[in-house]
Amino acid sequence: MRLTGARILMECLRAEGVEVFFGYPGGVVLPLYNTLGEYPDIKHVLVRHEQAAAHAADGYARVAGRTGVCLATSGPGATNLVTGITTAYMDSVPMVVLTGNVARDLIGRDGFQEADITGITLPITKHNYLLMRASEIAPAVKEAFHIASTGRKGPVLVDIPKDVFIEEAEWDGYPQGVSLRGYPIMDVPREEEVDKAAEIINAARKPIIIAGHGVVQSEAQHELVEFAERSDTPVLTTLLGISGMPEDHELSYGFLGMHGHFYANMAADRADVVIGIGMRFDDRAMGRFSDFNPTAKIVHIDIDPAEIGKNFKTHAPVNGDVKETLSRLLPQVELNRHPEWRAEIDQIMDQHPTDYVEEGTELSGPWLIQALAEATQGESTIVTGVGQHQMWAAQYYPYTKQRQWVTSGGLGTMGYEVPAAMGAQFAQDEPIWSICGDGGFQMTSQELQTVADHNLPVRFAIFNNGFLGMVRQWQELFYEHNYHSVDLGQPDFVKLAEAYGIKGVRATTRAEAMQLFRDLESYDGPVVIDFQLEREENVWPMVPAGAALSETIESAEDL
Amino acid sequence: MASRNTIVAHVEDRPGVLARVASLFRRRGFNIESLTVGHCEEPGLSRMTIVVDGDDHQVDQVCRQLFKLIDVVSVQDITYTPMVDRELALIKVSASNFNRREVLDVVEVFRADVVDVHAEALIIQVLGDEGKVDAAVKMFEQFGILEMVRTGRVAMRRGTETTKPPAISDSQQAAAAIRAMLGRRPEGVLPFASD
Repeated sequence: MRLTGARILMECLRAEGVEVFFGYPGGVVLPLYNTLGEYPDIKHVLVRHEQAAAHAADGYARVAGRTGVCLATSGPGATNLVTGITTAYMDSVPMVVLTGNVARDLIGRDGFQEADITGITLPITKHNYLLMRASEIAPAVKEAFHIASTGRKGPVLVDIPKDVFIEEAEWDGYPQGVSLRGYPIMDVPREEEVDKAAEIINAARKPIIIAGHGVVQSEAQHELVEFAERSDTPVLTTLLGISGMPEDHELSYGFLGMHGHFYANMAADRADVVIGIGMRFDDRAMGRFSDFNPTAKIVHIDIDPAEIGKNFKTHAPVNGDVKETLSRLLPQVELNRHPEWRAEIDQIMDQHPTDYVEEGTELSGPWLIQALAEATQGESTIVTGVGQHQMWAAQYYPYTKQRQWVTSGGLGTMGYEVPAAMGAQFAQDEPIWSICGDGGFQMTSQELQTVADHNLPVRFAIFNNGFLGMVRQWQELFYEHNYHSVDLGQPDFVKLAEAYGIKGVRATTRAEAMQLFRDLESYDGPVVIDFQLEREENVWPMVPAGAALSETIESAEDL
Repeated sequence: MASRNTIVAHVEDRPGVLARVASLFRRRGFNIESLTVGHCEEPGLSRMTIVVDGDDHQVDQVCRQLFKLIDVVSVQDITYTPMVDRELALIKVSASNFNRREVLDVVEVFRADVVDVHAEALIIQVLGDEGKVDAAVKMFEQFGILEMVRTGRVAMRRGTETTKPPAISDSQQAAAAIRAMLGRRPEGVLPFASD
């Protein structure tokens, strides 16, 4: 059967089981939009800016555990995706990005709305394609989904010129497999590597696990818990590893890093064996590399061989998928008990707890997250932007279910919270809580219209302190209180929501916030909540930039 | 200590592959001394010989990052294995009736070839490892070098060992073969193999 390139592409998406994709039309993708009506089973969500399409696909992918798909036209449409693609790349999120390009004979001639998007995205995609024939579409799309969703996951871009959408090619079904010689699946670890790791783990006296995004991506929570229990190893997570370990478990000791839990940072610093699982020893997590626990032996389990030995000397590298590796490691791990080590960390935890107990009526960030946790029984999916609100949401919400936590960790993309929560809401029915900064919210608030179009029950909780809070905190602590460009003017967020036809509410006291949480239980539409926080609250604890984890401070007086 | 290292990579013969490799080197801050690419014994694949500056840890990272590129089929660091490496230089030397004989004496010493003759100049082709080419260039400088081009290093392992990529037949086997190739350095040199 002969089909146009546009139909072949849609047949491919259908064969991949794509339920929803996020896009924005334009000149060169018109032939594709012309066929969308024939594929009603593949829901197209019209966003209001292409950046939002990429973030929405990313948020959807993280919550659904499936590959997210977004689409943009050539030139500015494609370049607007760049921040979203980079965000997904840094956090290894599976995504297939479709772009149109100018007709083949215009490529390289600076045609109207031409951008070399495959060139631009070389360093921010796992792989990309520029297709010059309609017959290349099916094999390339098959490869794109395969590459995006296997190994260390990531975004793959497929760029299709306008006339390739129109050209006809033979369609005899979606390709069954791929033939990628330079891309073997490396899920299964080598036996000798597993043996060496087990040997070090069994001999450990003060072991610690640092669980990263790989645990969540591999959906290995069960295996992680079993491994931790068997070896009696306390578990820390990285920022992106949050929700990989159930935080109500007695072996859960929070997350580590620049604004990690105090006891987590101390535990990482005092351990004799550090077991990194599906994580990449990032500088924000580890503090100053040269002074991170120099005597610890490091076991590193990761799917990406290039992460092994990148930032730290590793004594036992294990290259493999987290779930696959843990299930092979488990039988070799001896039943162990480390009561003294556990007591040592417990004692630090008792002396430096994370519970926010300050009395008052004013809204504080930590208090608000704790109140939200109580109101939602700790069961909501939380999406955040970047900054103070993100850190509070990481510190104070008790995550227990995998994929319950969605944040831009690697790239730290402000404005992620609105479109990512919107996209994530397509993956589940229960309302998603989008924890927003008043700065980030203003970057992508145009998507409230998309939210309204689809009547998505997202709760946008703006942690409004009228400041770019995290930048202000740094200016206060490290730039002699010299505030510049952080005092943000803002619209009336309640009125803004109402302008989009969305319920807008405001809370200025703790009592009002409590009442709001109760009221919202019976409301199933979108809501924007303007939580007016005390203006100059800081996030603690903190590892100052360039300091070691052992130098974690808990207030400005410690500086 | 930074030193020159020789890496051999096989890549799919597709448009844009060189840009992918170059982009990776630029982004990761790796320093390419030379990169030579051409056909090899297998149609559809190109073979790159890459000379990079860096310590063992950096070179290990180069290999691992290179292999992450989908179009890169295999990567081997052959710095520490017995190998033959060659470079070709074309050197246009100023030579007239007054000194041509002297120039030709130097040509003979280096077992180089004269590939073009003109009343005022000669083009000399020098073939050898980098050290030999360096030495020849130094000698010809006294006569005046009008122009020079060097190819960069090509290299091949000695004996029956090859750098050829594994066949694709079985993904598990391919993974094992690739893992065995990555970080092929003497025990104790690897950044992660020491206690």
